[in-house]
Amino acid sequence: MRPVYLDNNATTRVDPAAVAAMLPFFTEQFGNASSMHAFGASVGGALKTARRQLQELLGAEHDHEIIYTSGGTESDNTAILSALETQGGRTEVITSVVEHPAILALCDWLEKHKSVTIHRIPVDAKGRLDVEAYRKALGPKTAIASIMWANNETGTLFPVERLAEMAHEAGALFHTDAVQAVGKLPIDLKSTEIDMLSLSGHKLHGPKGIGALYVRKGVRLRPLIRGGHQERGRRAGTENAPAIIGLGKAAELALAHMSDEQTRVKALRDRLEQGLLQRIGSSFVTGDSDHRLPNTANVAFEFIEGEAILLLLNRAGIAASSGSACTSGSLEPSHVLRAMKVPYTAAHGAIRFSFSRENGDEDVDRVLEVMPGIIANLRSLSPFWKDKGAAKAAPNAAFNPTYA
Amino acid sequence: MWEYSEKVQDYFYNPKNAGVMENASGIGDVGAISCGDALRLMIKVDPVTDVITDAKFQTFGCGSAIASSSALTELIIGKTIAEALTLTNQDIADFLGGLPPEKMHCSVMGYEALRAAVANYRGEAWEDDHEEGALVCKCFGVDEGMIERAVRNNGLTTLEQVTHFTKAGGSCATCIEGIEEVLAKTNAAMVVEGLLDASEAFDPHQALRPVRRPKTGKSPLAIKLEPVTKAKLTNLQRIRLIEEAIEGLRPFLRQDGGDCELVDVEGDRVLVKLSGACIGCQMASVTVNGVQERLIEKLGQPLRVIPV
Repeated sequence: MRPVYLDNNATTRVDPAAVAAMLPFFTEQFGNASSMHAFGASVGGALKTARRQLQELLGAEHDHEIIYTSGGTESDNTAILSALETQGGRTEVITSVVEHPAILALCDWLEKHKSVTIHRIPVDAKGRLDVEAYRKALGPKTAIASIMWANNETGTLFPVERLAEMAHEAGALFHTDAVQAVGKLPIDLKSTEIDMLSLSGHKLHGPKGIGALYVRKGVRLRPLIRGGHQERGRRAGTENAPAIIGLGKAAELALAHMSDEQTRVKALRDRLEQGLLQRIGSSFVTGDSDHRLPNTANVAFEFIEGEAILLLLNRAGIAASSGSACTSGSLEPSHVLRAMKVPYTAAHGAIRFSFSRENGDEDVDRVLEVMPGIIANLRSLSPFWKDKGAAKAAPNAAFNPTYA
Repeated sequence: MWEYSEKVQDYFYNPKNAGVMENASGIGDVGAISCGDALRLMIKVDPVTDVITDAKFQTFGCGSAIASSSALTELIIGKTIAEALTLTNQDIADFLGGLPPEKMHCSVMGYEALRAAVANYRGEAWEDDHEEGALVCKCFGVDEGMIERAVRNNGLTTLEQVTHFTKAGGSCATCIEGIEEVLAKTNAAMVVEGLLDASEAFDPHQALRPVRRPKTGKSPLAIKLEPVTKAKLTNLQRIRLIEEAIEGLRPFLRQDGGDCELVDVEGDRVLVKLSGACIGCQMASVTVNGVQERLIEKLGQPLRVIPV
């Protein structure tokens, strides 16, 4: 049976057309774009095309607003560190509590070792940003506000276009980690006030190890990596030509499939979500159902633990992911779900299904077929589960363990 | 994806003794939902013989938590309470053909559930010896309070000592920065309290200086030099030095219920015998490497430590 891959927010399959576009640049056209000879020249032309393809997906005004990096994490690091250097006298960073570790771990480090003040804006139970707290945090000391476009775990969207305007009113730069949004949402950067945006190739059927940082024309950038003159001196190191070209093709394809993502893929996601809620009690959708990515469903199954669910799904040939503590090696469950005050008993059992254009109806059918059995099986093993509800229904037998 | 042994997978996919036991003699509830692990162990005990005649479990947790719980029930059924209490979490892990280091706490939970269930059966209150607090070393479940106590009670001033005393940092080593932080903080407090001389206190900056590697002379680029004539150790001196170094390490191993004896020295091969808890311990190879490093340091020559 064909495996069911529903973990596209983790990574995607490289589109075969992108692979085909890349291949000649490993062997036939292997030159260094900086070289004076013909080997280099042909690569330079292909890079230019790739840059235009990505520019179009982003709706950027100029192609030189794109700086290629090794991926989303490098882009995020570059953006924030650069802002702290260029915005003299401003020593504060605003971000949200639900960002990706690429932002959060950097902010923790800046706070601890570089005396940077970090404002982490909270979210409500649906994962929506507290915009009022964001407005209050902005001030004359703010160097940059960095708020993600779409959350990787729940798919919840933040109003980044408005947040960028608010940042500018306070004279601060605005960056968005759009790793999950690019390729899934129509984006037109030239009509926004966003100063910087991070994206990653492998989230949109492009190769791993390539990403980009969009830096709006006029915004000063201090490179993270110094050396050669590549990317106009803003990111040194020989261009990863095959990957850049693969990302270009992936961007072109993402744009071509944008309406499919917004309609058919979204319908698949909705059918899965509704089907799971109908078939399985004590479960609920996390995140802001009205404002989220079309491809992401995050469903919490109460009183059981996510890794166990994933192992059983995997045995049934289904790949998904979880914000559970045990899958990550840390003991705390997802910081995103905890920030939304999802109870521990549910946060540990939250499963993320993330679709792509390569999924079909049969994938949804397969999950709906096996999931009720898996959940029932694990609940029968759980001390928190009693018949048709939480163990606390019977107070005498309430499960209240000692911490070990 | 975790590398689970066949047996862990088997005990997760087809757990034995899962479910609720009516009229249990003793029930042990351990774990905490915030950690994503919780276990209820139910035992039935023959009051005359003290033999555990049946055991059941319910577990909220990951694959290895469920497998460890099931393994625990299999291990204790048929044993007297006294026999069962001699089991360690390592026995549970061994029964399952090993657990990934990050998952060893699952077996610890089983170990504690048994104690809690026995206490419940005997009508005693069960006290766990864990601090409420964030874990520093996840592999061995060591929190900040435990490190601080070990440092204070034993006057520890190096990371290596903390690892010897608490195991913290002895496996995946991702928590070393955290341990050093606790060590530096505790030592600083001890200096203020007059319990430690400032010159002995752990200095994180000093610990981060580059460390030289003992010359092995194996670099392909090394220029062949005439061997430097240096006072060579006699065989007897070498063996004495090796013996001394191993003796120095034994107290640390014994603390963990293990031991290590020198068996023989053949050229650069040092044969040792591991015993006690070292047998079958997943960390045995780490221990052997530690002994080897210590010997190389002491003798200033390459050696290989081989457990026999």
